[in-house]
Amino acid sequence: MTTTYVAPDDKRDVKKAQKVAASDRSKAENSLGMKLVAPAIFLMLLVTAFPMLRALYLSLFNYSLTVPEEREFVGLSNYLTALSDPLFWRDTGNTVLIMVITVAVELVIGFIFAMVMHRVIFARGVIRTSILIPYGIITVVSGFAWQFAFSNSNGFVNGWLPFIGNDFNWFGEYGSSMIAIMVSEIWKTTPFMSLLLLAGLAQVSEDMLEAAKVDGATWWQRLWKVILPNMRSAIMVAVLFRALDAYRIFDNIFVMTAGAQGTESVSFLTYRQVIEQFQLGIGSALSVLLFLSVLLIAFLIVKIFRVDLAAARQEG
Amino acid sequence: MSGKNKIGVVIGAVLILLWCLLPVAWIIALSFKSQEAITNGSPGFLPSDGGGAGFQNYADVLADEQFRRAIFNSIGISLIATLLSVVIATLAAYAIARLEFTGKRFVLTLALVIAMFPVVSLVGPLFDMWRTFNIYDTWPGLIIPYMSFTLPLAIWTLSAFFREIPWEMEQAAQVDGATSWQAFRKVIVPLAAPGVFTAAILTFFFAWNDFVFGISLTSTERARPIPAALSFFVGSDPFNRPASLLAAGAVVSTIPIIVIVLLFQRKIVAGLTSGAVKG
Repeated sequence: MTTTYVAPDDKRDVKKAQKVAASDRSKAENSLGMKLVAPAIFLMLLVTAFPMLRALYLSLFNYSLTVPEEREFVGLSNYLTALSDPLFWRDTGNTVLIMVITVAVELVIGFIFAMVMHRVIFARGVIRTSILIPYGIITVVSGFAWQFAFSNSNGFVNGWLPFIGNDFNWFGEYGSSMIAIMVSEIWKTTPFMSLLLLAGLAQVSEDMLEAAKVDGATWWQRLWKVILPNMRSAIMVAVLFRALDAYRIFDNIFVMTAGAQGTESVSFLTYRQVIEQFQLGIGSALSVLLFLSVLLIAFLIVKIFRVDLAAARQEG
Repeated sequence: MSGKNKIGVVIGAVLILLWCLLPVAWIIALSFKSQEAITNGSPGFLPSDGGGAGFQNYADVLADEQFRRAIFNSIGISLIATLLSVVIATLAAYAIARLEFTGKRFVLTLALVIAMFPVVSLVGPLFDMWRTFNIYDTWPGLIIPYMSFTLPLAIWTLSAFFREIPWEMEQAAQVDGATSWQAFRKVIVPLAAPGVFTAAILTFFFAWNDFVFGISLTSTERARPIPAALSFFVGSDPFNRPASLLAAGAVVSTIPIIVIVLLFQRKIVAGLTSGAVKG
């Protein structure tokens, strides 16, 4: 290797020379690059863009797989049906509620976990290993574990919580069912959140914290004025990923309540229309609406955080 | 660090361990309770609260033809999807990290959009398409969507890893007369192997975990993976599921995850955070 080592100065010259002489080379690089990404692009589009366009097309028809020959063009009426149906709005409300509460709770708990993991000096490996178990565990299994835990005939939650009667049926009413669903979601996904926040926390410079300490900033001030502003991009990534993930909530609801007590999510409604009732027309319209809501949420989150960033800059 | 802080960290560490392991301990405890006790209702945490059944539930669940088939499906489908996805993602990530070409931003944006895609919105059209292509309820019918949905994570993770690899090595090989392709194969692949491995683990987790495609694109045990099989495993009375049997099945399905986590904890943490933050 020593014989082929190129000193930094020479390298720049070599690069310059390459630029002049080797337009063929950059052309070859361009074509190799495109060839290397082609399979990935093809696969990603095959399973997303193509079906999504098909959903867009099918959503304009009254199309049921039970009577495929009766397919007829109905324009936007599937969208009108969906948007004027209180069921759609109830499920959207549920989904937004789950998203907002779980992400908020996960952000707080995840941050505390990240702080602990950042500071802890003993048993680091043990803690990181255990935190990966909820992350890796199958969501359906998490749903079952919590459903049985909350069950009034076989669970332990009622027995352990002092202010709740032993025969309280968590899945008998809306509010408590939602709590059970959110607990299973929060349990499973907080570790992911905390790992992303931990990576952000590692980027906050210790010197800056030390300087703030010397200047007499309290712990609370250091948290809000130094740590959090410096972690903004990590927080944004974590919130964006988790919010969009929470908006697709499906597995836990399927396993824990199957939508009983009005706990259905938008994903569940779409699934029911398409797979259980074979209503591909209205189901496709719901698919498109679900996709649009995800886009809207992504847009809002990016927007909100940018506004925050600008505000923070003005402050500084 | 002050003494007060130290105590806080210790308490925090204990809380994290409790948070992560208590529900796992619960499902394990449940899997050792007897099926009769569950039918009658046996509130409480420990197996002894539910007439300890030893390994009876495990024996029963592993004797179940459908569950065995689901394990086989899950292992086969997840491994094939992981292998293919990682190969394709490695090619793409190499191009993104090392080469200048048109459409680079497009790939990264596409990957990001797909990572956030609401999967349920695809099952309708895919259900229809897969039946037309005759791959509904087959292994390829699940492998293809798993590949597409794990590619984003794999590409982001891998291109972050690849960027850390020293440029000079590749240039040195090229100065020695290697082509771009040889430089890739002989120099970068060995250096990139740990990153590729991490991407493979994360991909495997996704495929193993998937539920939406698993229930929508299969109809029989021919291709049904474990999560779907567990959710359909209701027993005779849908209002009183055989909890302890299910718990045994759940524990069996979690064993591969725990083994992987125990062996590769460091790699997984590095992979999860590098792709998301540095990318």
